[in-house]
Amino acid sequence: MADLRAAPREYVWIARMWVRSSLAYPLSFWLLTLSSALITLLDFVGLALMFHTVSALGGFGLREVALLYGASGIGIGVADLVIGSVEQIGVHVRTGTLDSMLTRPVPLLVQICADRFAIRRLGRITQALAVFGYGAWWVDWTPSKCGVAALMVVSSCLIFFSFFVAFSCIQFWTLDSTEFANAFTYGGNTMTQYPMTIFPREVLKGLTFVVPVAFVNWYPCLYLLDRPDPFGMPPWFAVFSPVVAALTLTVAGLAWRTGVRHYTSTGS
Amino acid sequence: MLYAAVAARSFRRFSTYRTATLAGIFTNSVFGVIYSYAYLALWHQRPDAGGYDATDAVTYVWIGQALLMTVALWGGGTTDDLADRIRTGDVAIDLYRPVSMVGWYLAGDLGRATYHVLTRGVAPTVLGLLLFRIALPGTTAAAVGFVVSLVLAVVTSFAIRFLVACSAFWLLDQTGVRTLSGVLAIFLSGMTLPLVIFPEPLRSIALALPWASYLQTPADIWLGHRAGTGIVSGIAVQALWIAVLLALCQVVLGAATRKVVVQGG
Repeated sequence: MADLRAAPREYVWIARMWVRSSLAYPLSFWLLTLSSALITLLDFVGLALMFHTVSALGGFGLREVALLYGASGIGIGVADLVIGSVEQIGVHVRTGTLDSMLTRPVPLLVQICADRFAIRRLGRITQALAVFGYGAWWVDWTPSKCGVAALMVVSSCLIFFSFFVAFSCIQFWTLDSTEFANAFTYGGNTMTQYPMTIFPREVLKGLTFVVPVAFVNWYPCLYLLDRPDPFGMPPWFAVFSPVVAALTLTVAGLAWRTGVRHYTSTGS
Repeated sequence: MLYAAVAARSFRRFSTYRTATLAGIFTNSVFGVIYSYAYLALWHQRPDAGGYDATDAVTYVWIGQALLMTVALWGGGTTDDLADRIRTGDVAIDLYRPVSMVGWYLAGDLGRATYHVLTRGVAPTVLGLLLFRIALPGTTAAAVGFVVSLVLAVVTSFAIRFLVACSAFWLLDQTGVRTLSGVLAIFLSGMTLPLVIFPEPLRSIALALPWASYLQTPADIWLGHRAGTGIVSGIAVQALWIAVLLALCQVVLGAATRKVVVQGG
C-alpha cells in the first residue's frame, strides 16, 4: 500500500518532466496550445451554427444543450488530461518500452498515464467550464441541484476515466487498435453533447445499460433543468451516476489487471 | 512508371495494419451513426437547411466518414514520414534521388489514399446504406465526377500537408503546425458541419478556400447539387488550387534546400 500512497507524487514528477520537455520546441508548444484551444472553440462554434439554423434540437434549446455539452466536456477534458496517454499502450507494447516501465518502482498505470503528459489539454477543460457556466446561468439553483451537479461532474470524469483505461486495454491483445477506444471516449463525448432525444429509444437503452454514457450528463441534467424524462426512465437515475462510475471503474480495473497479466514482452 | 511502383508499395505498406483498419472502420461507423441522428434532428426542424433534404444530410455524414482517412483530414500519410525524415536528417537521401521529391511523396500518398478509400471509405458507406438508406450518385456523370473530384481532394490535402511538413526545415518539429492545420481543415472542409448551412459571409468564404475541396465539393457532386457545368466548375476550382499549392510546395522546397543546413551536418 505504501507505493499507492506515493502514486500521486510520482505522477506529478513524471508529468512535470514532460511539461519541461514539451517546452524544448517552444513554437510547437504554443502552436499546440493554440490548436487545442481552437479545436474546442470551433467544436462549439459548430454546435452554435446548428442553433443558428434551428432554435431547438430534439426539443432542447441552446442553453440546455450548453449545460449537457459543458458537463460532458469537463468529464472528458479532465480524464484526457490525467490519463489520456493510456491510449498509447499499444505503442509501448510494440516498441518494448513497457518492459523498462515494468522494472521501475512506480505503478505501471501511473507511468503510462503520466507519459507525454500535455498541459495544453487544460485548454479543453477551460472551454468546457465556460460553456457549462453559460448553461448553468439559466438553471434555477437549489441546494439539492448543487449536490446533483457536483456528483455529475465528478462521475462524468470517473466514467470517462474508466472508458479510457478499459477500452485501451484491448491493445494488450491487438496492439494497433488505438482508434477502437476513441469510439467510446471521444464518441461517448460527442453523443452526450446532444440531448438523448435525438436518438431512438433502443440507442438510449444501449447508452444507459450497456455503455452507460448517458449517466455522464443526461440523467443529472434532466433534474437540473426540471424536465420529466422523455423516455420515462426512473427519476432516481439523476443521482445514480456515482454508482455507475464505481461500476465502470471496477470493470476498468479488472480489464487493466487482466491485460497486464496477459502481457508477454515482444522480445520473448 | 517509377511513381506507380512507389504508389503500389505505399498501398501495400498501409495494408499491413489490419486490426488498425478494422478499429478505424468501427470508429468511423460509430461517429457516422451519432452525426446521422444529430443531422436528422436538425433537418427535422428545418427540412430544407442549406438546400439539402434529410437524405442528403445523412448521406453527407457518411461521405464525410468515408473521406476522413482517405483525404487524411487530420494530417498523416506520407507527409508525416517526410517531416520525420527532416527532423532526423534522413531527408538528405530524398534530396539526392534523381526524381522530384514532391512527385515521390505524392505517389506514395496516392497509394495510401487508394488503400484507405477501399477499406475505410467503402465499409462505412455500405453500413450507411444499410442503416440509413443513404443516396447513391444519381447519374454516371455524378459518379465519374465524384471519383475525379476525390482524387483532386487527396492531391489538395497532400499539397497542404507537404507545406506543413516542410515547416520542419525551419522548426524541426512539425507537430504544432500539423495540429493547427488539421483543426482548420476539420472546420473549413465542412467536416464539423456542411459548409452550405454556414451563415453568410462565412459560407462564401469557406466555399472559396482550398479546404472546400476536401469534402464539400466531392459531396455536392455525389448528391447531384452540382450537376452538368456545376461539376466542371467545381473540379476546375479544385485544379486551380492544386496548381497554386503545388507551385508553392516547389518554392518552399527550393528555399529550404538553399537556406537550411540538414540536421547532422
